[in-house]
Order: sequence, then C-alpha cells, then structure tokens
Amino acid sequence: MKKELRLMKGNEAVAEAAIRAGADGYFGYPITPQSEILEYLMEANPAETTGMVVLQAESEVAAINMVYGGAACGKKVMTSSSSPGISLKQEGISYIAGAELPCLIVNVVRGGPGLGTIQPAQSDYFQSVKGGGHGDYHLIVLAPASVQEMADFVDLGFDLAFKYRNPVLILSDGAIGQMMEKVYLSQQKERSKVFPDWATTGKPATRERNIITSLDLDPNGMEMHNHKLQAKYNEIREKEVRYEEFQCEDAEYLLVAYGTSARVCQKAVQLLREKGLKVGLLRPVTLFPFPTKRINDLSGQVKGILSVEMSAGQMVEDVLLAVNGKVPVKHFGRMGGIVPTPEEVVENLKSKIIGG
Amino acid sequence: MIEVTGIKEIIKPENLVYKKTKIMTDNTLSYCPGCGHGTAHRILAEVIDEEGLQSQTIGVSPVGCSVLLYNYLDVDIQQAAHGRAPAVATAIKRLLPDKFVFTYQGDGDLAAIGTAETIHACNRGENILIIFINNGIYGMTGGQMAPTTLPGMKSSTSPYGRDVKTMGNPLKMTDIVATLPGTYYVTRQSVHTPANVRKTKKAIRKAVQYQKLDKGACFIEIVSNCPSGWKMTPVQSNKWMEETMFPYYPLGDLKTPEE
Amino acid sequence: MAKIRGSIVVNIEKCKGCEVCMVSCPTGTIAMAKEVNGKGYNYAYPLNPELCIGCANCAMVCPDGVITVYKTKI
Repeated sequence: MKKELRLMKGNEAVAEAAIRAGADGYFGYPITPQSEILEYLMEANPAETTGMVVLQAESEVAAINMVYGGAACGKKVMTSSSSPGISLKQEGISYIAGAELPCLIVNVVRGGPGLGTIQPAQSDYFQSVKGGGHGDYHLIVLAPASVQEMADFVDLGFDLAFKYRNPVLILSDGAIGQMMEKVYLSQQKERSKVFPDWATTGKPATRERNIITSLDLDPNGMEMHNHKLQAKYNEIREKEVRYEEFQCEDAEYLLVAYGTSARVCQKAVQLLREKGLKVGLLRPVTLFPFPTKRINDLSGQVKGILSVEMSAGQMVEDVLLAVNGKVPVKHFGRMGGIVPTPEEVVENLKSKIIGG
Repeated sequence: MIEVTGIKEIIKPENLVYKKTKIMTDNTLSYCPGCGHGTAHRILAEVIDEEGLQSQTIGVSPVGCSVLLYNYLDVDIQQAAHGRAPAVATAIKRLLPDKFVFTYQGDGDLAAIGTAETIHACNRGENILIIFINNGIYGMTGGQMAPTTLPGMKSSTSPYGRDVKTMGNPLKMTDIVATLPGTYYVTRQSVHTPANVRKTKKAIRKAVQYQKLDKGACFIEIVSNCPSGWKMTPVQSNKWMEETMFPYYPLGDLKTPEE
Repeated sequence: MAKIRGSIVVNIEKCKGCEVCMVSCPTGTIAMAKEVNGKGYNYAYPLNPELCIGCANCAMVCPDGVITVYKTKI
C-alpha cells in the first residue's frame, strides 16, 4: 500500500505515528525540546477521529502514573518527555516494569545534569538501559537516528511492549526531535477492541479478579517474580537485538554510535575511507538489548574500536563488555548539548585508536 | 469455620438480616484490631454488591495500610505508587468511561505525597470517587506524623507533640477540594458507630449514582482511628476520635449538589 | 404484641477482640470470651443471647466482618 509522504519534525512524527498506530491514550507535560508532541496531538484532536485520549497532566509524575493506569487496563498508552522530566518519571517506570505493563515512553534527550541545557545530548544512556529507577528491571530501548525512525519506532515500540508486557523507551535526542525530514507515514490502524486477559476492565463472573501490582511482601514470591522478569529480559536479549552496519565488511577499524552520533559517524566513515582507511560503523538500534554478540564478532576482525557518544562515555562500557579485552576500545564524546563534527571523529579515531 | 452462636432456633436462612457481602473475600484483613479500614472496605464492598457493580468496578489502592486492598475486595484493582492513585484513576476513567472507578487512600498518601494528584484530579472534575481515610497518622510505617496530625498530637516523628511552628499545621484537604469547581459531592464521615456507618454507606451510594451521571469528582473523607499508632485500645481510640479529631475535622457534607 | 428476637453467629477465628461490637450493642448481649482464639484474641460471643434483638449494630461496626445476624418475630 502506498504510504503518505510528509515533511515533519521528529517530535511531530512521533505524535502522528501514535495516532496512526491506534494508540488509546497519550499523557504528557510540556518540556523543551519535546513539547511539539503534546502540541501536535492537542491540535490534531484525535478524540474526534480515532477516539484517542490526549491529556496534559499536572506533572511528569502524574503523566507516567496515568500511563500506569491506562496500561493496566490493557490499553495502548504512552508518554513523552525530555531528560529532567524522564528523571521524574523513574518511580512510575519502575512500577510499570514491576507490574509488567506494556507502554511507550519517549525521551527526547537534552544535556544535563540538572536542568542542564535544551540542546541535544545522549547522556541518559545509563538511565535508559541500566534501569533508571529502583530495582532489577530493563526497558526495551529503541534508538532512532532519523525522523522516519521516530515514526516507525512508535508502532514497533507498541508491538514489542505488548509482546513482552514490558515498557519500551524510544531514546531520541533534541536534534532528532527538532529536525525536519521527509517521513513516510503508515496507514491508520484501528484502535484495538480486545483486552488482554490480565487487564483490569471490571471483573465478570467468568474470571477471577485481575490485580495489577508490583508488591509481594513474601520475599520468596518476590524472588520468583524477579526470576520471571530476568527470564523475560534474557528472551528479549536473544530475540530482539537490532542494529545496522555501514561498511563493516572489510573494516579494520570500527566506530560504534547510535542516534545522532551515528549520523555524524557515517560521514566520518566516508571521510576516512576517502583517505584510504578501512573504517566501518555499527549503529545499535536497540540499546537494550545491546548488540553485544555482533560487536564481539567484529572485534575479531578489527584492530580497534571507537565508541562515539554525546556524553562523557556511557555506551562505551557496554562496548568494552562486548569486546572483552580483545582489541582496544576508546571513547570520544562531546557533552552539554554539543554535537561532535565528523572531522572531530576522524581526528579522535586517528589519535586514540589508529595511532601515530 | 469455628463459631459461637446465639439462640439456635432463630438461625435460619429466612431470618438472616446481616451477612458479610460476597464482594469481601474470605482473606483475613491485615489491619490491627478495631481499625476502621475494615469497616470502610466492607461498606464499599456492600455498595458494589447491592448496586450490581462487580463487573463494572476498577479500584485503585494506595501505598499505606490499605495497599493490600486487592486481597480483600473481589473486584479488579490496581495498586498505585505512593500518592498517585488519582492520576492512575484519571486514566482508567478516561479510557473506560463506563466503569465505576474509585481510589482508596490514606492521609499520608492523599494529603502529603499525593497532594498535587489529588487537587488536580479534583480540579479537572475527573468522574471518579476518592475515598480518603484520615486517621491523622502514618499507620503502616509505624505511627509517624501525617499532614493531618493534630497540633500537639504525639507521633514517632513528633514525640513531643506536633509543634505547628516547626512542623506546620494539619491540612484540611477535604475543605480544599470542596472549593474546586471540579468536585460535585464532598463529605466528611466516620465509621465508628452503627449510625455513622449507615451515613457513610449512604454517601458512597450517592457517589456511585453521581458517577453514573457523569457529574465529576466525588470525595468522601472518613475520619478514622489508628489504635496502634495512637497507642490506645480500639474503644478508647474511637472515643478520643470523637473528642479530639471531630472538633478539628467536623463531620458532615462540605459540598452537596443543588438538587 | 409480637416480640422481636435476634441471634448472632460469630466467626471466632477471624475475630480480633477489638470490643467495638460489644460497646455498640444496645442490649448488652455481647461480651468478650475469657478463652482466646488461635491468634490469641479474646473473641466476642453472645453472653446473654436472650437479650439480642437482631439490630445488627454489632455487625455494622465489626471491622473484620465476623458477625452474621438473624432476626425473627415471636
């Protein structure tokens, strides 16, 4: 079927994709650089067309708990925010992970810590892939590198969320949220009329009552629950790893980067190849699960790896774990809202990895 | 079941006047002896039963003593993060507008950490019922000072009595929400005597009707006891509640619909 | 004139002996047993069963829902 082509901001693409994915509800709170998501949805007013609920909450805390309530009813619900707001949502996200509720969370990352800046950054990597809130849990983390992927990952995110009864995070940044690109939009999906059997929808005589909770005061029960969660995360690690390779076939050196950094690195690979250096790029599309195995395989082929991030070096730890000492791994990053240039990447690969 | 019975000849099905509703499960309540939570649960369950709402009800339990509400009421229940029940209930009702949605929250949950969620859900006129159990103390964590703790009242974190100069004044949340245009019916009741139990049950029944009519937020405060936290016998605690709590939190309707 | 007579059934094992039923009984039917139940509580029981009028006040205030009430005219 022919897809509709539009020129949109990444944030707008998320909003439009949510409507088209048949989302039941969006609960948000304004924060730069992602407010367009809420604004777009308010203007589109999908209540009139698909029946999707759009609500501006009193805080990020309230918004994520609205997501909890909606998700526990088996509905397709989502929220979005940017770094400081995502920090506020962490308690709710932990509850959602503990209660095993499917939902979509979008983080259009800005530089931190604290109030930081409104410029793009990738300094929320640890928070996104290592838990973020309290307890042993993981989100499925998708890292878009284009406006097209901002749209596509909404639908994919909901599918994964419901498949695994797990919250899914789209880890974007201020650059991808704000920039305009062409985007092919998918057809309008109908909102689901079927509820999962675990959802709280009112207890009919035909079933036991459904309880949504993350609490178990019996430590044996709680440990069992944790084992169940870990088994699920292992299944996700096994089945849902996604990545993209760029000129890795004959690569002697490897760049690893996601999102905006990956776009910069793609240009850097081009510049380096023009100089006769065989450099490839691996772009993780899922940050949890991380493409550990593929990076480990490539470390048998290349002489060294540079992890490029808009942070002080967070993903590099997962690259180091994947490589397990086989070849040198270094980090290059800019912080505080600065996007590195391809030339800087070239320089750093040369000085930190290639040497001389 | 081990029982003691009165005059056996009277105990016949046709003579039954009062029996625990089937909406209350057979699980033993985790509450301390004489705690009003059990009674509040029971009359809420009775209304759900009598109105035929079991298949239509979605409840939200808080963090606090009543966190395990889902063990006691045979309806679908979500357990919410501390203070967030009104936000959780907001989404449930928006997404399933035909269902009967209630939250059941204590004073720490509703009037301290959940102040924003409570006020904003009420202010938006969310079509939900909020049941607010006010016993002036944090029960589950062991009797700490609550936002509703009375001036001079002792707790484990106000061991010399609440000094309003340094610890602030008791917060009358029910009075606050009654001023908001989004609330339709706001009342303060108790469950310590048969007459009060009947009144509170009537209030819950009214709130159910108003929710059916899409009237907005209904808010029922139940001033209750905490014998363990107050370090009194249940009977003493009820007496103390009448003498000390009720003057500060007077019973009665704060906002009634114009009918 | 017909006389109203009531009778209660107390689920001993769930009673926590809080005495709230006893003080709410208008006829002095209920007392607390000297014996304790499995949890160690002195449970409520009808000390004077002939005084019961089946008003259900006791059941109304019982936090643990352990009292069932019957009533008839004699």
